[in-house]
Amino acid sequence: MSIKSKIFSAMKQIAEEQKVTLPPLEDDLSLNETGFDSLAFAILVARLEDELGVDPFTVAEDAAFPSTLGEFVRAYENVPA
Amino acid sequence: MSQPDVVALRQYLGPELKERTISDARHSVSLTDIVQHSCLTGRSCELSGRSVLLATSGQLLSALAMIELDGVARRLLLCPPDIDWDRLQVLLEQADIDTIVTDRPLHRCTAGKYIVIGVDLPERRAMGSEVDRATEWLMLTSGTSGLPKIVRHTLDGLAGAIIADGPVRYRNATWATFYDIRRYGGLQIFLRAVIGGGSMVLSEPGEAVAAHVARLRAGGVTHISGTPSHWRKLLMSGASADFAPDYVRLSGEIADQAVLDGLARAFPRASIGHAYASTEAGVGFSVDDGREGFPAHLIGQNHAGVEMKVVDDSLRIRSRRTARAYVGAAAPPLTDAEGFVDTGDMVERRGERYHFVGRRGGIINIGGLKVHPEEVEAVINRHVSVQMSRARSRRSPITGAIVVADVILADGTDAARHETVRAEILSQCRDCLPVWKVPAVIRFVERLDVTAAGKLARTDA
Repeated sequence: MSIKSKIFSAMKQIAEEQKVTLPPLEDDLSLNETGFDSLAFAILVARLEDELGVDPFTVAEDAAFPSTLGEFVRAYENVPA
Repeated sequence: MSQPDVVALRQYLGPELKERTISDARHSVSLTDIVQHSCLTGRSCELSGRSVLLATSGQLLSALAMIELDGVARRLLLCPPDIDWDRLQVLLEQADIDTIVTDRPLHRCTAGKYIVIGVDLPERRAMGSEVDRATEWLMLTSGTSGLPKIVRHTLDGLAGAIIADGPVRYRNATWATFYDIRRYGGLQIFLRAVIGGGSMVLSEPGEAVAAHVARLRAGGVTHISGTPSHWRKLLMSGASADFAPDYVRLSGEIADQAVLDGLARAFPRASIGHAYASTEAGVGFSVDDGREGFPAHLIGQNHAGVEMKVVDDSLRIRSRRTARAYVGAAAPPLTDAEGFVDTGDMVERRGERYHFVGRRGGIINIGGLKVHPEEVEAVINRHVSVQMSRARSRRSPITGAIVVADVILADGTDAARHETVRAEILSQCRDCLPVWKVPAVIRFVERLDVTAAGKLARTDA
């Protein structure tokens, strides 16, 4: 499973738990429009750290938090292995 | 300063009660004629009026020395086993200690500074030191980090709850505790055995649960106490099967409904009580109805000499059972202006009952919203496949922190069911807790650490 599909699958799981209806997941979807609040993103980042072994937003101290879903996914894809 | 009306520990050890013993894994000592014997070696006649550190390798020698020194020494500092020498040095200064009673070789730098007196099994005839004072009992707080504080008690205060219960109620009881008797919770049980006319079986550090339980059975233990973490470990071990005490007591941590129910199933014949006590606040109360929390009517009234109030959600207690003071040059006041000890244990009223939710210092802050790990654990522990759990803080780049939980599953939980169990626990948490208190991640672990004081280790607290 690609990083992108792992992220989407984790998001769907959290959406189900938090009773959030996700819009179709596309690269240019603004994170604000996902329906996720900061807690949901905090949970997502923690679970992805366990699954992928990395938290790109803590690794780079000055990293700006992404604004679209595509940027969010790339933050994980672009972490040096 | 002579106080002829003072009752010392040895005066509860008359020859009229036969076959009383105190034992550990290696030795059993008769309490019936203990007063005729001495466990102290060397210049023990010089102990009158001394400020004594009691630092023995095992609990048995401490127990015997406590009996011999109460009413004789000016003060008695009980040293739990896990205090290293560097920290102890500072504490000895603070407590103004001039004499050390020990069975251990002493650190070189003590030479000349203290009178050192040996302690061994009581095979010598007692010199008959006079009981002529109310000895100050000094104990260390069980704080997890930094230097423990020293608190000063009197025997009268330490025994307040035992006297209030009516000691005769426990005559012929054989007591045991998972605690070390040099800590407040364990000392309560030792005093119950001595004052109530009973016997005692001591715990041994590092002893396997099954071996400990075998000793409890062989020793005929009828009354036993420990923290909820101690009890969960016993229940998990499966060693409780052949053990049938009359009385099971929990204290030192929050007794949640899951552990109370677990003990009721494991010990159907036993009465099960959970007590609230701390080194500073003494014994507040005990609850015997098998339900978590305590009746709301205990707040605001004087019950058997104990008054409790809730200030900013924290329980405060005033009674003669609380410690008298912190000891040391720069010691902070122990009580508020009205004489109440602020316990730092946070409570929440639900209907006609108060529930403990956690420690003031243990709060996790999730983007400004607060959660006590203990309230999350109480919900997780209700799941039938869960033996024990620990909620803790994990840093988050988004909310600062989130709650995660480490869970020990019941023996025999099929690995194929792990994901189902995880989903069930999460769903249970979502039903009972606001969304920020639901663990973001649940990890299944083999073990959780318990501190020397018998409490779940909370490294982030």
